[in-house]
Amino acid sequence: MSNPIIAPENLVYKKSKVLSDNIMHYCPGCSHGVVHRIVAEVIEEMDMQSKTIGVAPVGCAVFIYNYINVDFIESAHGRAPALATAIKRLNPDRLVFTYQGDGDLAAIGTAETIHACNRGENIAIIYINNGIYGMTGGQMAPTTLEGMKTSTCPLGRNIALNGYPLNMTDLLVKLEGTCYVTRQSVHNASNVKKTKRAIRKAFENSMEGKGTSIVEVVSACNSGWKMTPNEANKWMEENMFKAYPLGDLKDK
Amino acid sequence: MLKNMEEVKLLKGNEAIAHAAIRCGCDGYFGYPITPQSEVMETLMALRPWESTGMVVLQAESEVASINMVFGGAGTGKKVMTSSSSPGVSLMQEGISFSCGANLPMLLVNVMRGGPGLGTIQASQSDYFQTVKGGGHGDYKLITLAPASVQEMADFVDLGFTLSFKYRIPSMILSDGVIGQMMEKVVLPPYKPRRTEEEVIAECPWAATGKTEGRYRNLISSLELDPTIMEKQNEERQARIKLVEATEVRYEEFMCEEADYLLVAFGSSARICQNAVETLRAEGLKVGLLRPITLWPFPTKVLAKYAEKVKCMMTVELNAGQMVEDVRLSVNGKVPVFHFGRMGGVVPTPEEVIDALKNHL
Repeated sequence: MSNPIIAPENLVYKKSKVLSDNIMHYCPGCSHGVVHRIVAEVIEEMDMQSKTIGVAPVGCAVFIYNYINVDFIESAHGRAPALATAIKRLNPDRLVFTYQGDGDLAAIGTAETIHACNRGENIAIIYINNGIYGMTGGQMAPTTLEGMKTSTCPLGRNIALNGYPLNMTDLLVKLEGTCYVTRQSVHNASNVKKTKRAIRKAFENSMEGKGTSIVEVVSACNSGWKMTPNEANKWMEENMFKAYPLGDLKDK
Repeated sequence: MLKNMEEVKLLKGNEAIAHAAIRCGCDGYFGYPITPQSEVMETLMALRPWESTGMVVLQAESEVASINMVFGGAGTGKKVMTSSSSPGVSLMQEGISFSCGANLPMLLVNVMRGGPGLGTIQASQSDYFQTVKGGGHGDYKLITLAPASVQEMADFVDLGFTLSFKYRIPSMILSDGVIGQMMEKVVLPPYKPRRTEEEVIAECPWAATGKTEGRYRNLISSLELDPTIMEKQNEERQARIKLVEATEVRYEEFMCEEADYLLVAFGSSARICQNAVETLRAEGLKVGLLRPITLWPFPTKVLAKYAEKVKCMMTVELNAGQMVEDVRLSVNGKVPVFHFGRMGGVVPTPEEVIDALKNHL
């Protein structure tokens, strides 16, 4: 029997036209799909599809350009902020954002990230922090928590051996060039809304020439963490949020 | 106000690069200081083109960042460039490989110094292999222009961009510390305006400029996981490479008429060889100089022709013998090909070249 409530005139949500119809390759439970959807919605709501140039990372989101329907440049691993620097300076009326994971942004691309932020480039950086290298199969990331097991620290991250988890956003707050630094998550509806507001603000900041905005999204990688999606979200709340507390770190 | 006319100036080779970049309508320069080429960025900063043509000039945090800024800018269809010297260019190899993989036009400048390693700040030509054989990973080529004068430093900026946009292969001006630092008279071309947004989109419909209504999104990428598609993309690149090899070879013949012996040299070595050839001709020895201007594409055919006429050839290079391998491939064993080189930043005198040649006669 058909349900009369499910009718086109009653729909309160529809897919953004900036999202393509391609089926995402992400694992069920992964945060990337939600963040992609938010980015697409914000671009649509700001009416910036024709003015947006995205910079794709190397990592699980390497194929972001197959899902968010704007022009994209695929960066070498970690170099996205350098690309975005030139793209924005040469095309100041365009919305330029990078989308990077923690391996990309906080390990191999540390220098490019810090210097782009320190110059105050008018770009937005979406930073997915799930504490692990997802694409290459679950190796230790700079953000891997102490004691957390990965394929390259199978007994758990050992501080004496591997050093401390790197909290990049805490570092970036201190740079004069950043105007907005925030840490969010997308593991429940209220946080999805907060993340969307954060991304909108970051994109608006870059168009207003306020400096660099960073939206860190503390994310779950249930495949890499070897958990079910629900377990991963719970583990994230109990462990990741302790090391990476949610909220605005800077808003000027 | 910029005077839209030719100007004659006395400039260093590095300074000429900067002037020529502004005058050819370059959109952006991204670089990192390194001797012996820092005058390129210093001159740009002193000339402040962002106030006149709107050209962006930015000092990056590293050569790695510079080349990736160039990659980003080129991905939006802009005329962008960087310059560096040997150790810095080694750092750029990742970005150069990615640029070739993504078929991006751009201008690179290497004012070579001695190596390997930190080496020396004095002139060298020991990055020949790195440049023409591929210093980064994958099957690619760089259109390589070797200036032998300050005038050519200026001229090859516009030429480099033109060839690079025509074939969507990065161009490299492969210079050295002598050409970069020496001062000569140079005729600078009139100012060419930077392209408008509409002109960029018309010339570069592939560029990431913003997905307008009615077209599919543009993607600048060197990634393709399907081997059959990746092979097709490589085949398409190789077809362009073959086309460049067939049509863009440039070289200069100096006193080659009825030559019995041929010197082959590029860049500053060629200047030394000119002097040697004049002296030897005055002595009655029929010696000529063939100067490859494009190191890739290499003047293979003309060298093969000379192999039918001369008794031997000798390359003169500021290295341990790099271009000599390409000359030997070109003549395919028809005549002996010798090499004379100095390394570590030492530049030979014409007399040393003359003695080296006479040792082989």
